[in-house]
Amino acid sequence: MSTTFTRRAILAAALAGSVSLSAGISYAQEEAIKVGVLHSLSGTMAISETTLKDTMLFLIDEQNKKGGLLGKKLEAVVVDPASDWPLFAEKARELIAVDEVAAVFGCWTSVSRKSVLPVFEELNSILFYPVQYEGEESQRNVFYTGAAPNQQAIPAVDYLMNEEGVERWVLAGTDYVYPRTTNKILEQYLMDKGVAAEDIMINYTPFSHSDWQTIVSDIKAFGSAGKKTAVVSTINGDANVPFYKELANQGIAAEDIPVVAFSVGEEELAGIDTEPLVGHLAAWNYFQSVETPENEEFIAKWREFIGDENRVTNDPMEAHVVGFNLWVQAVEKAGTTDTDAVLDAIIGLETPNLTGGTAKMLPNHHITKPVLIGEIQDDGQFEVVWETEEVVPGDAWSDFLPESKMIEADWTAPINCGNYNTETKSCGGAS
Amino acid sequence: MYPTRLFPKLLLALALLLAALPGALAQDVEALVNALPDGSYSDREKVIFDLAATGDDRVAGLLNALGEGDLYVHEEDGRVVVGKRSGRDYALTDALTGEELGTAPSSALEKIRVNNRLRRAVRSAIGQLTLMSPSPPVRLRAASSLLRNADPDSLELLDTALAAETDPQVKKMMETARAAIIIKTDAGLEEKAAAINLLAARGDREALAMLTGALPSAAPELQPVIERGIAGIERKLALRDALQNVWYGLSLGSVLLLAAIGLAITFGAMGVINMAHGEIVMLGAYTTFAVQQVIRTSFPGLFDYSLAIALPLAFLVTALVGIAIERGIIRWLYGRPLETLLATWGLSLILQQTVRTIFGPNNREVGNPSWMSGAFDLAGLSITWNRLWIVVFALAVFAVLLAVLNRTPLGLQMRAVTQNRRMASSMGIRTPWVDAMTFGLGSGIAGMAGVALSQIDNVSPNLGQSYIIDSFMVVVFGGVGNLWGTLVGALTLGVANKFLEPYAGAVLAKIFILVFIILFIQRRPRGLFALKGRAVDA
Repeated sequence: MSTTFTRRAILAAALAGSVSLSAGISYAQEEAIKVGVLHSLSGTMAISETTLKDTMLFLIDEQNKKGGLLGKKLEAVVVDPASDWPLFAEKARELIAVDEVAAVFGCWTSVSRKSVLPVFEELNSILFYPVQYEGEESQRNVFYTGAAPNQQAIPAVDYLMNEEGVERWVLAGTDYVYPRTTNKILEQYLMDKGVAAEDIMINYTPFSHSDWQTIVSDIKAFGSAGKKTAVVSTINGDANVPFYKELANQGIAAEDIPVVAFSVGEEELAGIDTEPLVGHLAAWNYFQSVETPENEEFIAKWREFIGDENRVTNDPMEAHVVGFNLWVQAVEKAGTTDTDAVLDAIIGLETPNLTGGTAKMLPNHHITKPVLIGEIQDDGQFEVVWETEEVVPGDAWSDFLPESKMIEADWTAPINCGNYNTETKSCGGAS
Repeated sequence: MYPTRLFPKLLLALALLLAALPGALAQDVEALVNALPDGSYSDREKVIFDLAATGDDRVAGLLNALGEGDLYVHEEDGRVVVGKRSGRDYALTDALTGEELGTAPSSALEKIRVNNRLRRAVRSAIGQLTLMSPSPPVRLRAASSLLRNADPDSLELLDTALAAETDPQVKKMMETARAAIIIKTDAGLEEKAAAINLLAARGDREALAMLTGALPSAAPELQPVIERGIAGIERKLALRDALQNVWYGLSLGSVLLLAAIGLAITFGAMGVINMAHGEIVMLGAYTTFAVQQVIRTSFPGLFDYSLAIALPLAFLVTALVGIAIERGIIRWLYGRPLETLLATWGLSLILQQTVRTIFGPNNREVGNPSWMSGAFDLAGLSITWNRLWIVVFALAVFAVLLAVLNRTPLGLQMRAVTQNRRMASSMGIRTPWVDAMTFGLGSGIAGMAGVALSQIDNVSPNLGQSYIIDSFMVVVFGGVGNLWGTLVGALTLGVANKFLEPYAGAVLAKIFILVFIILFIQRRPRGLFALKGRAVDA
């Protein structure tokens, strides 16, 4: 699906720019509850994060139309951490200490999340993190509304193994913490399932890698060992477009070597001609193409808000929708935006997600999600070919890694710990 | 789920019953078609094979539509239809008879889902159905899909087709497909050995895959034959891989050359450290996008010429931007490299954010014209058209630039100013004007590089950032101020990178190259081809 560049698009862009500007100035209104939005609007990650900023403005606008929260209006405070990881920490501090926001919705990359963790802990505020990530973390002040590995990577591998009969695996990723940890979990999981070491190929590439000729032909060679081969891709961001273009050019069809991606959604596909990619897969917890009344309503309202009837929606957006609704409910239940009260109130709350299920906030600060496997279609959308029957609870610490399988996170009394060791019965991780 | 879903299920049961009967009736096909939308993927896979087995000549078209994802169920009457998008609605035809059924909005249609498994089934079914087609290309495709699936059930069919085949190319493909099937069946040893040798003679990765797959289950007498075959193929492939690496290296080198060649002028000849060079490349890519956008909306027939139209436009736009930058900023900063660096760095951020505000932060889709899509085989190497054209284009730009520098008055003045500004000025050359033109030329060439890079990379505001370091690396390595140095430098770095990559991985390969350049610069600070000029004197 090509996003047409029209005068309206320019207008919308200009409008969005001016909205974020005016929202950035914090009015000295006593009556407003402030919500921080911490997404990069410039630099490398702007490509993904700008949409999430707009999503937050949209959600806050909708809530205000419903009469606000606790009788007060909600007000967005937008800052731009410019894809610069240390700047994320500074901007988070500014939001909490200077603007005194009630909660922050933000971050995309794991490294940006890691950089703001100490700030949220020190100033005792709340962060909602909307992106699928590598797990192995649960922090008192953070709610992980994206997928943990057991809600995305593991079911996807199961699908390929059972439905497509895959026996040989290429784990290809961008060289940073999320792909490395995910691939470590997947490698262990595959080995446990009896896949031999020589049937697993692991490959890392730098950020924004653009020359994929060698790697794609390596994959082709690896796939010609007489066993059904699939690629599990944790390739992130910009590098995906040239990767898929090279796959198409070298004639690797999805029927022969399917690629299942964890970071490619509707937004990323908007920049590619998807005709040659039909059949390649992605695993997410939400697709725009899911036909439920909730989703149709959301898409219609979102397009009206953004003023572009071709605008796509994606998984992290849904995570923000769910996270925002849970936070609103928790504040209403607690009757205050005070951090400790909200942290207590939010556990166990439920809200409908956009795919017809229910998202519940678990004691480990992750949520329940359905897992959907979709195939790329020629219109840039995904079509669901498989989904879990029930929602899957997010698991903070992977059960497949020896060093983390005895660790649980539980932020309710009496444990109240993000890395509780069930063997030594103490808080403090593996050692 | 829905009450209407029950009906096709009953039909499915009926269909299976009918299929079991000898001499099944004509309604049989229709019943099977109605069974297509429902059930698990494995049930539906079976329906596809049953459909193919009916031998009805309407089935091939139907399966094609299914494979393309054009098959829908009309929600009103549960009829299976082919839907083609026309405007906001879908134009419908009956799936079997091809009868026109008017149009319907997408809400009235439910798409029949296909996944890879079903697509594979469709491919192999169509292969069986079209093996006797009168058109040789269709037969070739059919035979190659049989080869990929190598289903023993289709052996009989293949034998019949083989007996009637006259086209040598198709015949060869059919024989290979037959060999691939034979090694899976319980045919005699000699026949199998012949099949193995036939596959080994094919000598490509597909054959290697088949032989490796057959090895564990083969009879002990056959194993040495298979192993010999595998060894033979691997030897051939090793040589081919080396050639492939050279090609990949040249292709990467040509991309580096394109990115760096504009910088070879602005940095190399003029000595301006232009950190906004990457953004000028990006502007070229966005010009291509804008041109394609206009073509898409107003002149769809011209799409294949979009790059030819974009090239001069990109040159013009970026050359003008370059001249504006030179006149507005850089000329005030000559001789102050640190300030130039900071100013142009700031400028690069401004340009990025401007583009982000106008076009949005997302990738923009720049299409490949048909002559730049796909790949072809050359002596067993698979060469993609877009890479080939980029190599050709990079060399052409290089040649043109060389001609401009060495054969035109502007080139002469540029070289004069570069080598001795004061002397050139005394000879009556308007050095400020030459400076502006030189910077414009370098920028224009960077813009043209952007047109080419839009074909292989993301068109996003970050496009330039990924090339700026590589560009400086190439120019410094090749020798500042020397075009030939840039050419040799780019190709050397490309090839070295591609030979390292299979062993060291993409990340380490890049690091090794950087370390190598640092060491090299220690030995030869002026790069491969040193030149005397203002850059040296400064």
